[in-house]
Amino acid sequence: MSVEAKTLEERQAALKGLGTSRKRVEDARFTQGKGNYVDDLKMPDMLFGDFVRSQHAHAYVKSIDTTEAMALPGVIAVLTAADLEPLNLHWMPTLAGDKQMVLADGKVLFQGQEVAFVIAEDRYIAADAVDLVKVEYEELPVLVDPFKAELPDAPILREDIADQKEGAHGPRRHPNHIFTWEQGDKAATESILESAAVVAEETVYYHRTHPCPLETCGAVASMDKVNGKLTLWGTFQAPHVVRTVASMLSGIAEHNIRVVSPDIGGGFGNKVGVYPGYICAIVASIVTGKPVKWVEDRMENLTSTAFARDYWMQGKIAATAEGKITGLWCHTTADHGAFDACADPTKYPAGFMSICTGSYDIPTAYLAVDGIYTNKAPGGVAYRCSFRVTEAAYFIERMIEVLAIKLDMDAAELRRINFIKKEQFPYQSALGWEYDSGDYHTAWDKALKAVDYPALREEQAARVEEFKAGKTRKLMGIGLSHFTEIVGAGPVKNCDILGMGMFDSCEIRIHPTGSAIARLGTISQGQGHATTFAQILASEIGISADDITIEEGDTDTAPYGLGTYGSRSTPVAGAATAMAGRKIRAKAQMIAAYMLEVHDNDVEWEVDRFVVKGAPERFKTMKEIAFASYTQAIPGIEPGLEAVSYYDPPNMTYPFGAYIAVMDIDVDTGVTEIRQFYALDDCGTRINPMIIEGQVHGGLTEALAIALGQEIAYDELGNVKTGSLMDFFIPTSWETPNYVTDFTETPSPHHPIGAKGVGESPNVGGVPAFSNAINDAFRAFGSTHTNMPHDHWRIWKTANDLGLHA
Amino acid sequence: MIPGRFDYHQPDSLTAALTLLNDLGDDARVIAGGHSLIPMMKLRLAMPEHLVDLKAISDLKHITVKDGSISIGAMTTQAELIGSAELALSAPIVKETALQIADPQIRYQGTIGGNVANGDPGNDMPALMQCLDAEFQLSGLDGQRTVKAREFYEAAYFTARDDLEILTEIVFPVCTGGYAYEKQKRKIGDYATAAAAVLLTRGADGSCSHASIALTNLADTPIYCEDASKALMNSGIDDASIAAAVKSCLEIIDPVDDNRGPAAFKKHAAGIVLKRAIDNAWSRA
Ligand SMILES: Cc1cc2nc3c(=O)[nH]c(=O)nc-3n(C[C@H](O)[C@H](O)[C@H](O)COP(=O)(O)OP(=O)(O)OC[C@H]3O[C@@H](n4cnc5c(N)ncnc54)[C@H](O)[C@@H]3O)c2cc1C
Repeated sequence: MSVEAKTLEERQAALKGLGTSRKRVEDARFTQGKGNYVDDLKMPDMLFGDFVRSQHAHAYVKSIDTTEAMALPGVIAVLTAADLEPLNLHWMPTLAGDKQMVLADGKVLFQGQEVAFVIAEDRYIAADAVDLVKVEYEELPVLVDPFKAELPDAPILREDIADQKEGAHGPRRHPNHIFTWEQGDKAATESILESAAVVAEETVYYHRTHPCPLETCGAVASMDKVNGKLTLWGTFQAPHVVRTVASMLSGIAEHNIRVVSPDIGGGFGNKVGVYPGYICAIVASIVTGKPVKWVEDRMENLTSTAFARDYWMQGKIAATAEGKITGLWCHTTADHGAFDACADPTKYPAGFMSICTGSYDIPTAYLAVDGIYTNKAPGGVAYRCSFRVTEAAYFIERMIEVLAIKLDMDAAELRRINFIKKEQFPYQSALGWEYDSGDYHTAWDKALKAVDYPALREEQAARVEEFKAGKTRKLMGIGLSHFTEIVGAGPVKNCDILGMGMFDSCEIRIHPTGSAIARLGTISQGQGHATTFAQILASEIGISADDITIEEGDTDTAPYGLGTYGSRSTPVAGAATAMAGRKIRAKAQMIAAYMLEVHDNDVEWEVDRFVVKGAPERFKTMKEIAFASYTQAIPGIEPGLEAVSYYDPPNMTYPFGAYIAVMDIDVDTGVTEIRQFYALDDCGTRINPMIIEGQVHGGLTEALAIALGQEIAYDELGNVKTGSLMDFFIPTSWETPNYVTDFTETPSPHHPIGAKGVGESPNVGGVPAFSNAINDAFRAFGSTHTNMPHDHWRIWKTANDLGLHA
Repeated sequence: MIPGRFDYHQPDSLTAALTLLNDLGDDARVIAGGHSLIPMMKLRLAMPEHLVDLKAISDLKHITVKDGSISIGAMTTQAELIGSAELALSAPIVKETALQIADPQIRYQGTIGGNVANGDPGNDMPALMQCLDAEFQLSGLDGQRTVKAREFYEAAYFTARDDLEILTEIVFPVCTGGYAYEKQKRKIGDYATAAAAVLLTRGADGSCSHASIALTNLADTPIYCEDASKALMNSGIDDASIAAAVKSCLEIIDPVDDNRGPAAFKKHAAGIVLKRAIDNAWSRA
């Protein structure tokens, strides 16, 4: 059947454009073990680096003796801070306006800190040599509790900046204090709290955890001394930014640096920052003139590259006796570890924590965040969330539950009466955001109906009675969560990383025979960009997604972009893709009109072609137009068919969702079972429903891990207690329930195709759903709040403290 | 997580393996499935210079049921224990236990011999073997000896096995009565927070004619609960005797605080797990 004989619907379907559950084009290579990750790179003469790391959390480094290590055959060099200092690379700037030691400069500030970098002919020799480097330490008192950071006897951690009263984000009141960030109206909020009919208070701790991508961080640096070019392959979520930073730090001109992110095995924020390993690999390659590989192992990943969360959120929420919320107050103590290496837009030292008014119409609010140094690893990245949005969502969704208890009200109803109404959008929040769109009531009602919420509550009440009568030892918890995210950073006027505005980009080339390649400034780490961006483009330019190659991650070929994190790829680069596609179409329209010998305005777009208005039999397909653009001399039109778009979004997008978890809890053992999980997501226009579902499944599984056990825990000496996957919880299929997914579709009014981003929603909304379920199970016994992670022994302790074991 | 340097040997007979161990002395270590040893080597907590792999010694891999007695070669994998139809009939508790060890990939590699010889209190097979009253056959260059599982474990990673001996076979009586292995763990692939192996046989008159209880990961060795086992046999099974048995077991355990929780929690969990195991075993007896 020829193309022309197809119906409009068939032509539409052939594009595999928006709304199609197109199979992921990436998976053929991933499922066959044919991916190409950084550790798969092999080069002649390649050397290997490995770190000597501190076993102490806080100590002076008295001396480093590398003699024995250097004597080991196959060892090329051992770098210490003293070697990096002449290059001014012994410290590096962080994304948060602080600086971080690349190699220990006189002291160490966390267990696992990089002290020396061994370069050897193979990975094994490097590891053997690490053991031979003798480091003499003088131990110092350790600070692990951020609430003790400003006590008179607290050790001073950052002696390098102890006297600086002004940090990157304003005044510092103590050497261990990093910043105070305030949003909203303090006085107004406090006066509301004083006069409110009801005020609920709670301190909610979102514990320290880690993104723990399947592939750890790593890089291969190769300095070609002949042509002066440095190539850096690595696990970078933002390759262009890495190139700029590498140029600024090394003094190598930016055109002489090529940064490549090959296949990346998951990022979740862990691969946004710049790590000492990258710098050391670069220096080592410059020094040796050979390619140098550094790939961290699992324990190094968990203990030294960026952690997530660690927010102590003290909250007060005011309401009328009927439950209408009148004010929200939050003070957060943020444990940033030894260096402030949070990956947030420059002006937002606590990310978008100020989205903590959530889905609710809260007229008055105040938020203050204090960043604190402790003897822990640096980081504070957005683990599958937009900057601190998960913390914010968890905070408000716990506070709503706490308020419901205080009001003795149903928590679903309390949410309903406080939701921002559909007609209030665009909505100005008390903490300064303009929510672009939403329809929370519709989503909420759909969710409650889907799980038959009243029946669940009845069952739960009956269970409590049975428990009290001694007929069962299991309690039932219903975890409600209605989250609102803020993603797609973001408008350049507000958001930058190291000064680089957070736009993104797409460059499209249509080939003469009507297929295409599009390159973007983002980089997939498993999100399926090669699949979905081709679909956006297919719908825009009428070429089948199967005929479009998507390429990312090579700074020599891709247009500049800020990378992939914070659910920003679809909102920003996806928008750039649509806009670039529209430029292609605009030029194609002129070519079509020329070919059809009519005026530009006399043709109109129809799925995959331009048609003469009123004469549907006269048309030129995109394929024909593409060919003409390379083969015909068209007066006034340049040959070829290419376009570039750099997109600066006018606003963030605000995906939302309604999640409900139903759990059974064995009070005697603390063992939990997820009986049911319902997840409704509204991410605006749905590009590929199958990929959305996959993203939701993955994010929910991370959420259940975080809520039920995953943590980076330290003892009082600053030793990491959960530094391997034996203790750091990564769920398998056994621990993972069947998820029921659902959706509503409220397009973003300002995004070219109305899409909002979804990759992070399930982590953001899932954590409160699971945690609320656990907490809800104990509500009938007088418990208001318990902190995550809800692992067996902590749940057991809750039951024990409530006297349920008597 | 890069191990130190080592040489690898793959002898094809027991004698050759024993000779290698003898010649290489302290620097050599036997490797079976490697799923306890290799993680230790990657952490450089173990740095053997020679690994003597037992996998080419075919005599060490078998499951034999004869004359009311079961003998299992040390190199039999956990997956083979699970897959054995004979074992499922003659000692179903072995399969029930093996299924709660680690995950399928590990069970394809990990062996029963490695699991019991390792001496890690977290291993599940040692308590099971004590519950079954198994005997371990140990071979050295100068002969064989037999040590009872109940006498094999001295402290964490310290056992009655001499460094130059190889554990060749595990022997225990057929057990077709009621059984249960109950294990509480945080996730798949985790060692026990608390686990209990229980065997109960119902006599012709309905009384408990045989009882045996052992516990995993609640002290620095597996714990065989002799008093509780005897008490159950004498008093029969009812709520009061079960409660007494549980109480007696809890008195002799000594769990430590770790990431699974504090000792008080583990004691509580142990009591629950044990009670469930007894109930379950009796319901099957
Ligand atoms: C992620 C993970 C989870 C696990 N979870 C569990 C669990 O839940 N429960 C559990 O019981 N185990 C668990 N294990 C351990 C696993 O069952 C091991 O396979 C088992 O403990 C050791 O058996 P192996 O054959 O692998 O022995 P190896 O690792 O090869 O050896 C272990 C030790 O025994 C010695 N050894 C081995 N065979 C002999 C022999 N015939 N004679 C003398 N010495 C010998 C070795 O020298 C070594 O010291 C887990 C392992 C992993 C990696």
